[in-house]
Amino acid sequence: MQALPLSPTTPPAEAAPAPHADRFKPARAKPALQQAGALPAGPSRLNRTLRWFAFEAVPPLLGLALFILLWQAVSLYSDGLPGPAKTWAAAVELFADPFYDKGPNDQGIGWNILHSLERVGLGFGMAALLGIPAGFVIGRFAFIGKMAAPIISLLRPVSPLAWLPIGLMVFKAAGPASIWVIFISSIWPMILNTAAGVSQVPKDYLNVARVLNLPESKVFTKILFPAVLPHMITGIRLAIGVAWLVIVAAEMLTGGIGLGFWVWDEWNNLNVEHILIAIFVVGIVGLLLEQALVLLARRFEY
Amino acid sequence: MDKFVQLQDVGMAFDTKQGRFVALRNVNLDMAEGEFVSLIGHSGCGKSTVLNLVAGLLEPTGGVLLCNNRQIAGPGPDRGVVFQNHSLLPWLSCFENVYLAVERVFGAKEGRAKLKQRTHEAMALVGLTHAEHKHPHEISGGMKQRVGIARALAMQPKVLLLDEPFGALDALTRAHLQDELIKIVAQTRTTTLMVTHDVDEAVLLSDRIVMMTNGPAATIGEILAVDLPRPRDRLALAGDPAYHAARTAVLEFLYRREMRQAA
Repeated sequence: MQALPLSPTTPPAEAAPAPHADRFKPARAKPALQQAGALPAGPSRLNRTLRWFAFEAVPPLLGLALFILLWQAVSLYSDGLPGPAKTWAAAVELFADPFYDKGPNDQGIGWNILHSLERVGLGFGMAALLGIPAGFVIGRFAFIGKMAAPIISLLRPVSPLAWLPIGLMVFKAAGPASIWVIFISSIWPMILNTAAGVSQVPKDYLNVARVLNLPESKVFTKILFPAVLPHMITGIRLAIGVAWLVIVAAEMLTGGIGLGFWVWDEWNNLNVEHILIAIFVVGIVGLLLEQALVLLARRFEY
Repeated sequence: MDKFVQLQDVGMAFDTKQGRFVALRNVNLDMAEGEFVSLIGHSGCGKSTVLNLVAGLLEPTGGVLLCNNRQIAGPGPDRGVVFQNHSLLPWLSCFENVYLAVERVFGAKEGRAKLKQRTHEAMALVGLTHAEHKHPHEISGGMKQRVGIARALAMQPKVLLLDEPFGALDALTRAHLQDELIKIVAQTRTTTLMVTHDVDEAVLLSDRIVMMTNGPAATIGEILAVDLPRPRDRLALAGDPAYHAARTAVLEFLYRREMRQAA
């Protein structure tokens, strides 16, 4: 599927602007007509490609063009904000050598991205290792679920960065502290979605297990796990979104190498082009992570 | 008459938010081995509850249930259940759905090849050899229900329990599956208890029809023995006075004695 840079969660069919909705329909109806053999293949295929282009490809491109135009206009009347062309030039220069290393405070953009991803991966990975089994237990055993409910309700709404001082105090280092922040803020969606999935496993499936007298291990592998998987992946998707949101903020505060630190560093250098590039990089990497998980989720739809 | 399945003074009450709800009281029923019994009644009369009690999915709050002279203490593979909505696991193929049951019942004693053979035989019994490797969402409602029947029969249960097995199907598919069920049961001679709300289905398939009174606190109102010769043929029965007499008796019970109040 094509990327929709402005709204990654919107399915493509909804990308067509509302006023065109009526004109959009015939394009969708066409394949059905064709299957019935009502239309010759040649001209209608060309037609379809044109329509696809007009209603699927043009609107996002138009939106992007408008955005860049607006950006350009604002930059003309602003002292500090660089325009698209200047930013593009800076980006080309920056990405020409993404992996240079001139000491701890001056490394290529590639290193910064990889370090941020590494922290997200570690924090998020540990959250998944702990959160998903915890979700299964909370969902399967009502007593434990009720025990955990007040703790989760209390801790979940806490702003991720509020956990940073605790991390710094316990780990006495910036790196583990930011991993800790990722861990604690991304664990909740995985616990809650997994638990919700477990408690929503259709009773019929569990009755099948009871009639067959399946041992608990078989109940887990053949019924519980496959039934919960889609919910689990939704939790993972939400969690990775949160983790990626939080990492920039956490790194701004803790320093070290990473996108967040880089943004702050470039602000101190008053290099606004690089800040804009960082915003795009954060957005694009977030989009790619999200899309990868959407694809994974689609694999497990029944 | 030997008593293969016995329900002795069975009562069932549920605790709800509005208080205690008595669903069944004083249900007494004996089934002979190889007998086909239908439970019929208006919806909400607790006929599915009776079936779930025999299945062991529910525990009675009064009385006792016996199967083969042993008390029913929980679900077990000696009682195969065909659920109303097929309840196939969507992530397994039809073959794997049936194999799961076969493996559970015979896995301890038999090798993999024998288990697979049993699964193939069960699929063949319901005429679905060609659909073995399809997933439930790829086949029709009637085929899904047949896989459900294959899964229950593959366990070689002592009792087959059918909970409105054809309720969700269209009339033609239903008739077709009823005919198949007649053949299968004649072949396997399995003791069968079926819940239905279809009078024709009950008369066509059953040796006895158990008619339930309306709930709450439902119980058995009447039992009708269907003395029609087997094998039964739906077309031949259409002109048979005995068939019509049985049909009328059930309808009389449902629509005269147990007329349901308009909801």
